[in-house]
Amino acid sequence: MIISRIVKGLIVSALLFSATAMAAGGGDIKVVNINLKDKAALQRGASIFVNNCLGCHAAAYMRYNRLAEDLDLTESQVRDNLIFGDAKIGEVMSTTMSSAEAAEWFGAPAPDLSVVGRSRGSNWLYAYLTSFYQDEFGNWNNTVFPDVSMPHVLWNLQGIQTAVFDEVVADNGSKHKVFKNFELNTPGSQSAAEYDRSVRDLVAYLSYMGEPAKLKREAIGIWVLLFLALFTFVAYLLKVEYWRDVH
Amino acid sequence: MSSDDNKQQQPVDHSRRRMLIGATTALGAIGTAFVAVPFLKSWMPSAKAKAIGAPVEVDLRTIKPGQLVKVVWRGQTCGVMNRTPQLLQQIEGHDEVLSDPESAVVEQQPDYAVNKFRSIKPEWLVLNMHCTHLGCIPQVLPEPGSYIWEPNWPGGFYCPCHKSKFDLAGRVYKSMPAPTNLVIPPYSFLDNNTVIIGVSSAGAA
Amino acid sequence: MAKPASNTKKRAHALFNWFDQRLPISDFWEAHLAGYYAPKNFNFWYFFGSLAMLILVLQIVTGIFLTMHYKPSADEAFASVEYIMRDVDWGWLIRYLHTTGASAFFVVIYLHMFRGLLYGSYRKPRELVWIFGMIIYVLLMAEAFMGYVLPWGQMSYWGAQVIISLFGAIPKFGGVITEWIRGDYFISDATLNRFFALHVIAVPIMLLLLVVLHLSALHQVGSNNPDGIEIKDYKGADGKPIDGIPFHPYYTVKDIFGVGVFLFIFAFIIFFAPELGGLFLEHDNFVPADPLVTPIHIKPVWYFTPYYAILRAIPDKLGGVIMMFAAIVMLFLLPWLDRSRVKSIRYKGWISKFLLALFAVTFIRLGMLGMAEGTPAETFEARIWTFIYFAFFGLLWFFSKYEKTKPVPERVTK
Repeated sequence: MIISRIVKGLIVSALLFSATAMAAGGGDIKVVNINLKDKAALQRGASIFVNNCLGCHAAAYMRYNRLAEDLDLTESQVRDNLIFGDAKIGEVMSTTMSSAEAAEWFGAPAPDLSVVGRSRGSNWLYAYLTSFYQDEFGNWNNTVFPDVSMPHVLWNLQGIQTAVFDEVVADNGSKHKVFKNFELNTPGSQSAAEYDRSVRDLVAYLSYMGEPAKLKREAIGIWVLLFLALFTFVAYLLKVEYWRDVH
Repeated sequence: MSSDDNKQQQPVDHSRRRMLIGATTALGAIGTAFVAVPFLKSWMPSAKAKAIGAPVEVDLRTIKPGQLVKVVWRGQTCGVMNRTPQLLQQIEGHDEVLSDPESAVVEQQPDYAVNKFRSIKPEWLVLNMHCTHLGCIPQVLPEPGSYIWEPNWPGGFYCPCHKSKFDLAGRVYKSMPAPTNLVIPPYSFLDNNTVIIGVSSAGAA
Repeated sequence: MAKPASNTKKRAHALFNWFDQRLPISDFWEAHLAGYYAPKNFNFWYFFGSLAMLILVLQIVTGIFLTMHYKPSADEAFASVEYIMRDVDWGWLIRYLHTTGASAFFVVIYLHMFRGLLYGSYRKPRELVWIFGMIIYVLLMAEAFMGYVLPWGQMSYWGAQVIISLFGAIPKFGGVITEWIRGDYFISDATLNRFFALHVIAVPIMLLLLVVLHLSALHQVGSNNPDGIEIKDYKGADGKPIDGIPFHPYYTVKDIFGVGVFLFIFAFIIFFAPELGGLFLEHDNFVPADPLVTPIHIKPVWYFTPYYAILRAIPDKLGGVIMMFAAIVMLFLLPWLDRSRVKSIRYKGWISKFLLALFAVTFIRLGMLGMAEGTPAETFEARIWTFIYFAFFGLLWFFSKYEKTKPVPERVTK
């Protein structure tokens, strides 16, 4: 029936449309492609994470030995390079700072980062980590997350940049500032390209940590689909065979 | 009669049907078996349980001669005992009254504890304290005669639940409710002062 | 002397007879499978009933396993879900089966319901089949809503906040009722705990009972078909409908094939896109519930969004709630609103065809608007579609009676 075909088409296109519309949200945030199979990048990202983030942010659902297993590291490599303090290999990545201390120092306890790769997404994280700047009062600010309470922790890698804003006059005559670009005033220990790679590695690590099972599920998925395709084919033959009776 | 019924009926190919039913059923059964695996495996100890059940380190400097210190590994009470030369002497010379003096039952200890003292270093006994009868924890009574109800108490471990007796190497006496020797858990020495219960070779913790 | 092989067969047969004399096994088999005659002209739209059944079983099994690891308390719920995702062996698969199963359930149910609309399956004598089905649909929405609260993420929390507040629109008693539902002065541990009980025990039991009633009513009157005619009217010499075929083996093998196709798509989503771009698992729900901060873009999961769009379109709290519930009530009334001489859309006039297509478009468009930000332009558009949604039922009532229909064949067509 034509009508049912039209409706079917509508349903499919509506689902596709909404799915792409949801994925595209976020304005000028550019797409970073993360390769979770690049174990070296994940290892570098893990190192950046434990050295720069773990002081304040915990990853209370992530275990060190899971890290070793998924990132092709031995447990002693993890112990020697990634564990500070007296955490055991099977324990989760907790921080030494209590949330009360954090609230006192930064106004809010630093959020747990275990699943930040899933709640924010890698594109947002990349934009956020590259958009810190020093405002005219010498305070840290961020164009993606205005008035963020976190200082730019990676500033010694990136250097100090300031933001240039254009003044735009709206139709009703009110003026407001629109972000134009960043200017790097004080260079950091890494070049722009090196810093970009560091942020990508960190983002890759965060998105791995958001769902450690992801690589495994995709690897298994292929086999499941192949099996189901075979099953469906045989079931189809069976159906056709029986339905020869029906005229 | 409609025209349908006048159509030439093809004979039913029963063998093809049987073959296809068999193939579909077999694939369905295989699929179901594969689906069952994740559900069954989800009952195994989780990463959290494994982390909590991680090997336990014991500082030997805190254990006085003749003393037994209890620690918990994987929910099991384990004892680390500092056996003096005199206590070691008590272990010898009564093999004939023991049920398994040679530690022949393989599951009761790792290979490296199959010896007279059931230990890596004779002076250090590492023992899973749970009685092999029904899991109670025996009393530690190393001195001969220290058990008041039994004048000839030779010194060892005595289970309060069903009166099983073990010597100071955890070997069970003959004709006891407990069927076999106390278990020696896997353990190793990290250094001269530290024993780690739960792993057989130091460094793999 | 009998051969040993046939001896075993005999024994197995005797064992079966022992049970069959004491339990109506073969009667059941005959009444509902081998002897249940279904029209031979079922098409694509007839796969979704059996698929809904499959998903129900899947949800119950995965749900049971999830309860073994989940902790229904405000302090532990979020962490226990991540525990399932990471620390429990294969926990991630069991959870994704359950979350994807929830969305798949609604996909299948919506298609199943649309089939009813297409071929007039709610018409006499199948009114009860439809009513039971609608009750299942409403229960399913309650089940899904309460299940969505359990991970205790931001969307869980604020979704519950919004939905429970709907009851606050009830005049005079609204405040007491919302407090009673929450068991506290805000969405809290008490709310989570009771939603857990309802989600894992109470509603599933009701669902199972309703499924039994739905199928019993269906098998009492027999299945409808794309031609909307009764196969019982033409019986052969053996007393069986000429245009009917035994459900088993013909529809069992056909449905097994349908299950294969469904599972292929289902597995693809589970293994390669379990979040489905935020449609099946929302990004904000990976942030633990925080009573102090509302997410910027708060919206329900996709299967509720058509009703949510209607709620937002009405510029009055009580009015919005009434219209939202009315949108569901209208569906219950379909058996009596459709007064056409024919059941199937195939033999209805072009007005009916247009109206039904418009209704489908309306439902989908409202769903999309319910997911959108809710800008003034979108709200305005939602009002138009809300009007069309309700107009459909009135127009159906009117035109179905007076519209010219095509002649219905006596026997089913291909």
